[in-house]
Amino acid sequence: MGFAERLKKGLSRSREALNEIFYFGGEVDEDFWEDLEDTLVMGDLGAEVAMNVTDDLREQAARENLATDRQLRRALAKRLADEFTPIARDPFDETPSCVLFVGINGAGKTTTVGKLANAAREQGTPVIIGGADTFRAAAIEQLDVWAERAHVPLVTRDRGADPAAVCYDVLEAAEKDNAQLVLIDTAGRLHTSSDLMRELAKVVSVTRKRAQMPVAVVLVIDATTGQNGLNQAKEFNDALELDGLIVTKLDGTAKGGIAVAISHDLKLPILRIGVGESIDDFQRFDAAAFCRALVGDE
Amino acid sequence: MFNSLSDRLQDTFDKLRGKGRLTEDDINVAMREIRLALLEADVNFKVVKRFVASCKERCMTSEVLDSLTPSQNVVRIVLDELTELLGSTESKLVLAQNRIPNVIMLVGLQGSGKTTAAAKLAYLLKKQKRSPLLAACDVYRPAAADQLATLGGEIGVPVYRGDGKDPVAIAKGAVQEAVDTLHDVVIVDTAGRLQIDEAMMQEAVAIKNAVRPDQVLMVVDAMTGQDIVNVVTEFAERTDFDGVIMSKLDGDARGGGALSVREVTGKPIKFVSMGEKPSSLEVFHPDRMAKRILGMGDLYGIIDAAQQAADEEQMARAEKMLREGFTMDDMLHQLQSIRKMGGLSKIISMLPGGERMLGQTPDAADESQLVRIEAMIRSMTPEERQRPKIINGMRRSRIAKGSGRTVQEVNALIKQWGEMNRMMGKIRAMANGGDMSPKAMKRMMSQMAAGATGAGKKRGGANPYNRR
Repeated sequence: MGFAERLKKGLSRSREALNEIFYFGGEVDEDFWEDLEDTLVMGDLGAEVAMNVTDDLREQAARENLATDRQLRRALAKRLADEFTPIARDPFDETPSCVLFVGINGAGKTTTVGKLANAAREQGTPVIIGGADTFRAAAIEQLDVWAERAHVPLVTRDRGADPAAVCYDVLEAAEKDNAQLVLIDTAGRLHTSSDLMRELAKVVSVTRKRAQMPVAVVLVIDATTGQNGLNQAKEFNDALELDGLIVTKLDGTAKGGIAVAISHDLKLPILRIGVGESIDDFQRFDAAAFCRALVGDE
Repeated sequence: MFNSLSDRLQDTFDKLRGKGRLTEDDINVAMREIRLALLEADVNFKVVKRFVASCKERCMTSEVLDSLTPSQNVVRIVLDELTELLGSTESKLVLAQNRIPNVIMLVGLQGSGKTTAAAKLAYLLKKQKRSPLLAACDVYRPAAADQLATLGGEIGVPVYRGDGKDPVAIAKGAVQEAVDTLHDVVIVDTAGRLQIDEAMMQEAVAIKNAVRPDQVLMVVDAMTGQDIVNVVTEFAERTDFDGVIMSKLDGDARGGGALSVREVTGKPIKFVSMGEKPSSLEVFHPDRMAKRILGMGDLYGIIDAAQQAADEEQMARAEKMLREGFTMDDMLHQLQSIRKMGGLSKIISMLPGGERMLGQTPDAADESQLVRIEAMIRSMTPEERQRPKIINGMRRSRIAKGSGRTVQEVNALIKQWGEMNRMMGKIRAMANGGDMSPKAMKRMMSQMAAGATGAGKKRGGANPYNRR
């Protein structure tokens, strides 16, 4: 199953919802616009973005004389795609590279590290994993299983050890073994916990100082996250200067609309998306395809 | 964009407050704001529609429009409706009396916090003198059973892992194990699953049928967005859960999902999970939550937090304080109690209008002042802490140097201690007099308040407690 089909399948519910509106496409009246706004809100796009998008589309429709649902779909998909920030440097492609994965508890950081490590090794890139989540019970064991599955070395320390020290160790090991891609898992934390955010800032700065290769800090965010995702991204960005986003769990019915808002507000590119359960289910993010699938423009 | 729901509603009502009499247009403006705020709080869009419609209907009665304080009436109505939506009564765990062991099963999406919640629930039950056993039925996520075993070890609750392959067999085995080893409640932690994953949903049903849990609880992330409705609807249909544990409420998520879950499925929210510690599972109080959402403060929450922080040792300390006077050590202890309750900012945010105050003047919760005071007290010798009166000029400059503060700050601290000690003296005098009538208590309290604000003018004379 290709990327587009996968997304379409995952996003089918939102497409159905939009189809209901566009079914009355011939008659573009007040109700149409109100329903459109509601639907975008339901996709977790956020009330503000939804309103802006609708207003813009409305103006455009008047200006360019768009009346059919197909025209409006196209215009909407393009309008949404414009909200995304393009990728300036892909830390997973342009090696050597070190990537730190951060995010709140349960976003899917450890799983993401495991799957991406496997993908990179399959492409022939020498990968090494750092287990800097020394806080959560059994996080290291979990990563260990992933490292084994992906046949990739893991550098870590015992539970309770200083995560910054783990980062130091893994970078040292990477230099010794000449690894091209270093993936570091960190402990999940709520963005409101200032102590833990400071700890993470230290981890990041130690890594940036020690690393000979470019370091990217990537926020992992769950597609089911609602408007709080913006707060999360903002806090993490303020504390750590993020380089990009990874959206996980796009395989459910959640539309991941919050990704549009984050990418737009914080000017952060979406580097990868997780669209399935199996080990190779991370995909490159294609804004145009994502938005076309979202609005149902086949 | 980042205002909390309470801020939004408060702004709206501040606008209304200026008006003597409300028109339908005013109500419409307020309702629009409420709608937007609720949407930004991730309340499901359909729930918002119904909520706003029923609020508006109640607000449009002449009783409200013509009343002298229409805006307060609107606030009251919104609060009522919100409480209603969250469920009117606090719900507790319902476990069959005559069944041993009782079984509780946890379900939910990946990463919602089931395993952590399982451990917290076990800890809670253990504190209630039950003897829980945890069953690790998540056989898919790597090391999930290890995680549960570690958490179980930390709180002293055994974990049944079975063969680590068949979740149904593990659940059954755990119940048998509980019977054999005299545990009276089994908490079944299951794997995270998507509501559209047919095979996994069937497995959840199979586990449920195998162990017939007293309670099936769904763990829901407070940060979930609009999709929560699809998720809980499907889970409710398939597993027919009895209640919800809302996790990660210690963040700043507005938890609009809580409103949606109740409205869409009719299932109550039983617990909220507020942090990393095993003790951070709290019973859900809809009225408190609604008040907090509306910026009306959570006074009960403060009292609860204070009660938890005040253990027996501290009661003894308070008694000693009364007997022997207030020392610097006592002051240090008080500072630490504030920390234990979650710091100044948490306490302020629980007060009426506190969230807004924090937003306007973030310095109000400047914890660094507390840190400085602590540093100064820690720079004192034990003798100085017990009898601050001996602190002379030389000692002051030594303390200032030791703590990296100025002598003026040390002076201010000692002055502050003096005031607190005087107050304590008054309480002591009262306690010694044996006069503990509520009336006297009240008088003393008002006097203390007056003293604190510097308005206490009646020195000596009429007031018997100043005679010392």
